[in-house]
Amino acid sequence: MSTKTSLPFFDTESAARKERIRQLKRGFRTFAGNKLSLVGLAMILTLVVAALLAPYIAPFPEHAGAGVYFDQASEPPSATHLMGTDTTGRDIFSRVLFGARLSLLMSGIVLSIAISIGVTLGLIAGYLGGTTNTVIMRVTDIFLAIPPTLLAMAVVAATGASLFNVMVAIAFSWWSWYARLVQGEVLSIKEDEFIESSRALGSGWVRTTFKEILPNVVSPITVKATLDMGFVILVGAGLSFLGLGAQPPTPTWGAMIAQGRNYVTSFWWIAVFPGLAISFAVLGFNFIGDGLRDVLDVEVD
Amino acid sequence: MSYVDYLVRRAIHSVPVIFGLSVLIFLISRVIPGDPVRLALGPEATQQQVAALRAEMGLDQPLPMQYADWLFGVVQGDWGMSLRTNNNVFSDIVARLPATLELTVVTLFFAVLLAIPFGVVAGTNKDRWQDHLSRITALFGVSMPRFWVAIVLQIVFVVSLGLLPLSGRLSDGVAPPPAVTHLYLVDSLIAGQFGTFLDAATHLLLPTVALGLATLAQVMRLIRSDMIDEQRKDYVLAARAYGLPNALIEYKYMLQNAFTSSLTVVGLAFGFLLGNAFLVEIVFAWPGMARYGVQAILYQDFNAIVGVTIVVGIGFVTANFVVDLLYGYLDPRVRLEEG
Repeated sequence: MSTKTSLPFFDTESAARKERIRQLKRGFRTFAGNKLSLVGLAMILTLVVAALLAPYIAPFPEHAGAGVYFDQASEPPSATHLMGTDTTGRDIFSRVLFGARLSLLMSGIVLSIAISIGVTLGLIAGYLGGTTNTVIMRVTDIFLAIPPTLLAMAVVAATGASLFNVMVAIAFSWWSWYARLVQGEVLSIKEDEFIESSRALGSGWVRTTFKEILPNVVSPITVKATLDMGFVILVGAGLSFLGLGAQPPTPTWGAMIAQGRNYVTSFWWIAVFPGLAISFAVLGFNFIGDGLRDVLDVEVD
Repeated sequence: MSYVDYLVRRAIHSVPVIFGLSVLIFLISRVIPGDPVRLALGPEATQQQVAALRAEMGLDQPLPMQYADWLFGVVQGDWGMSLRTNNNVFSDIVARLPATLELTVVTLFFAVLLAIPFGVVAGTNKDRWQDHLSRITALFGVSMPRFWVAIVLQIVFVVSLGLLPLSGRLSDGVAPPPAVTHLYLVDSLIAGQFGTFLDAATHLLLPTVALGLATLAQVMRLIRSDMIDEQRKDYVLAARAYGLPNALIEYKYMLQNAFTSSLTVVGLAFGFLLGNAFLVEIVFAWPGMARYGVQAILYQDFNAIVGVTIVVGIGFVTANFVVDLLYGYLDPRVRLEEG
């Protein structure tokens, strides 16, 4: 409502706002009533805080890089080294904390790229229809036909191993999911009356798509993105486990597991704790995503 | 539309996907690595040398021509030489494919087989403890990296308990069974070598669990939600009113419908399974194609990387085609509506 004169007995603007607030409250109650999603939220907040404060709370911040401390090599978990030390004596707990930064950052950047591309293409395909739709969705199908881990591996293999290339490679193999999700949603609402009225008011397709349709597909995108934060961490960990991610001594979780794999018979903790950290992060995002799915009442799979 | 028509339509549908896949793989292999001629000749090469090699490799042709040449070679089984093994990539992959096939197919089979009863129990007990337990187990199952689960299983069952072999497909000193299908489980049974069968099965156990846990979780949750959808339908009410036994209603009538709609995701789950097989094979030193692909990546062996990507892509498309076939067979509406 753009009118400045509010009616004395029925203020439409604040009525709309009240209804919106009521909806938000109801959503929040549903979310809060789901114990798992609250647990998930707590887990991710812990992780984010730990990642942000890593340089201050890590007992041995200098162990995040290269370093050899042979006097304390391969020590089992203890009060000094909560998760033990690796074969060059670095504190695994400190390295896991720094690894949290890399994982969250990587996943966030990958999804920002993938969502920007996928959502834009999905909106265009769904709204314009016709040949544009066919071309975009055929290309999407092709990308969907290759498992993301594999496509990302091929791209990293071609471009060289580094954290940056891993992010580009995963985004390159991930956008297609969003394109398909958004295209489907657009098709289901584009014949609705509010779209027609927007067109009747003279909006071009760009405005109609981004101002009218986009807000209506935010819910499924949010749910999928939350779940994907975890899955991208998994794929990224897999690539760095293969040595395709950030190079040593960067403390990525996957690379730490790869290092520990050579010592499973003698020093189990080197591989186990970084893996627990991955599982913790992914589980947190899955708990939240599961709860959000109930609140927003959407299916994304 | 008859079932055969439906099959043909589905098969035609996968053609553009496979075509597009080959274009994508070709582009990755030719465009991203930079200039292969410069790489091969080094910075000292003269303009003439570069131009000569470029012409020899066919790189002076326009890209579509290069693609046609490349595709022609691929179709004929000329996948180039592997820089690491010095063999034709095609024969390298054919030699390693059965091990990967055995691992992934056995994993998928057991994951789906076990997912069915768990999904049914969870779905028919919505919001009771069985359902909560399955939800939490499933969330844990999909959250743990499969290659890490593999390592943890090794630590527990091999290093600590000493129950199972650490890695490989067969124990040292056990000869592979006479090759018929190259799948050890099948070949050992054909030859009647039960000792070899047991040995192969124990080697397969941990990789299967590590690889299949997440797939089991995904499929189980799906069957659960489809079972819940079925429960609201009239035919279930009618069947209950007739006094049919619950087990019959749940496992025969409801499951048939629930499983059909869950099928589409099985194809998708198989894709993730294939991608993860790369990591699990590394952990268990499994002599499969995935491990070959990973080594190819580490050695920048480009023909081998392209070859593996093609095979996995085709495998994934085929799996989804098979899913479509089953889907159309189990649910006649699917094939009738398409007409």
